[in-house]
Amino acid sequence: MFKLSDKILLLCVGEAGDTVQFAEYIQKNIQLYKMRNGYELSPKAAANFTRKNLADYLRSRTPYHVNLLLAGFDETDGPGLYYMDHLSALAKAPFAAHGYGAYLTLSILDRYYRPDLTRDEAVDLLKKCIEELNKRFILNLPSFSVRLIDKEGIHDLEKLMPVGAK
Amino acid sequence: MSYDRAITVFSPDGHLFQVDYAQEAVKKGSTAVGVRGKNVVVLGVEKKIVAKLQEDRTVRKICSLDDNVFMAFAGLTADARIIVNRARVECQSHRLTVEDPATVEYITRYISSIKQRYTQSNGRRPFGISSLIVGFDFDGTPHLYQTDPSGTYHAWKANAIGRSAKTVREFLEKNYKEDMESDTDTIKLAIRALLEVVQSGGKNIELAIMKRDESMKMLAQEEIEEYVTAIETEKQKKT
Repeated sequence: MFKLSDKILLLCVGEAGDTVQFAEYIQKNIQLYKMRNGYELSPKAAANFTRKNLADYLRSRTPYHVNLLLAGFDETDGPGLYYMDHLSALAKAPFAAHGYGAYLTLSILDRYYRPDLTRDEAVDLLKKCIEELNKRFILNLPSFSVRLIDKEGIHDLEKLMPVGAK
Repeated sequence: MSYDRAITVFSPDGHLFQVDYAQEAVKKGSTAVGVRGKNVVVLGVEKKIVAKLQEDRTVRKICSLDDNVFMAFAGLTADARIIVNRARVECQSHRLTVEDPATVEYITRYISSIKQRYTQSNGRRPFGISSLIVGFDFDGTPHLYQTDPSGTYHAWKANAIGRSAKTVREFLEKNYKEDMESDTDTIKLAIRALLEVVQSGGKNIELAIMKRDESMKMLAQEEIEEYVTAIETEKQKKT
């Protein structure tokens, strides 16, 4: 997870090395915008900037093979989540997931997501997803780090460590 | 006297005339003063009188380069814009490759080497600005550097550039105290130095400060007025 600005986080998964290279490059460019213009990019603008970069590199000799989730809080629009895949498709979504785990968690999210979730309900929903992975996913994933963004900024929540299957 | 045509040429007595003329351009710019305290660094500039219909907040002479470095300049504003932009990109580039914020000296050296390059290529004129670059390194040491159109730079404890630089510098030499612990004293020194040469007091001063581990803060007009009134009461007490 990369902190793009005070209220924007970028989660970057995929090819080893590509993830860090691409995410750090985006991170520094977002900071440069802040220095040049005196204010930070909104999450929507940051997501579109990232998408454009990913798309430009896609048809070069050096594409980045990364899947991204961009989360941010905008003063006017409120919280926003953006899903981006390695082919540079961008979509604003109420919930999203990447990887094999997505096959399992997206159905949980589909079933239990509501647009008016409170903070605690949202964290519980995340816990539900991780419990589902713990039950049905072939790989053992012992620990998850969790971050939350609200109007005050980015907060580190406690690590989620699902216990052994019943 | 025709040696000022192409700046890549030395004159018989060893001058680069274009660089000297650039320094003249700097002397025409409005005054900027910088003071390095123990825990705070301060930059103050003389605000140019704006026309009645002009929005005065668009004239910004103090620019932040990164979270830990900012600068003020005297001379050609357009030239400064280019330098500031390149410096900002270099600050981020440094962070990208080295994972650490650039030191004040590094970015000063970078700006100076850009300026020097333009004194040694044909068809280009030197940058007509001197700059005061201040900030804190990541180990917490404060710095103040001054660059000039020739591309040289020096570290200073306090300095001034621009129109009445000489008067302000003499004032600073008389009144600077080593390792000023108090932030207020450092800020007051910068304001007093500017008040020497600026007409009509606090209204024409723009001030920015940076405390260790904090980002640059531009002082609001009311805060500057408070300092100015405090300074005047002190002056009255002395006389």
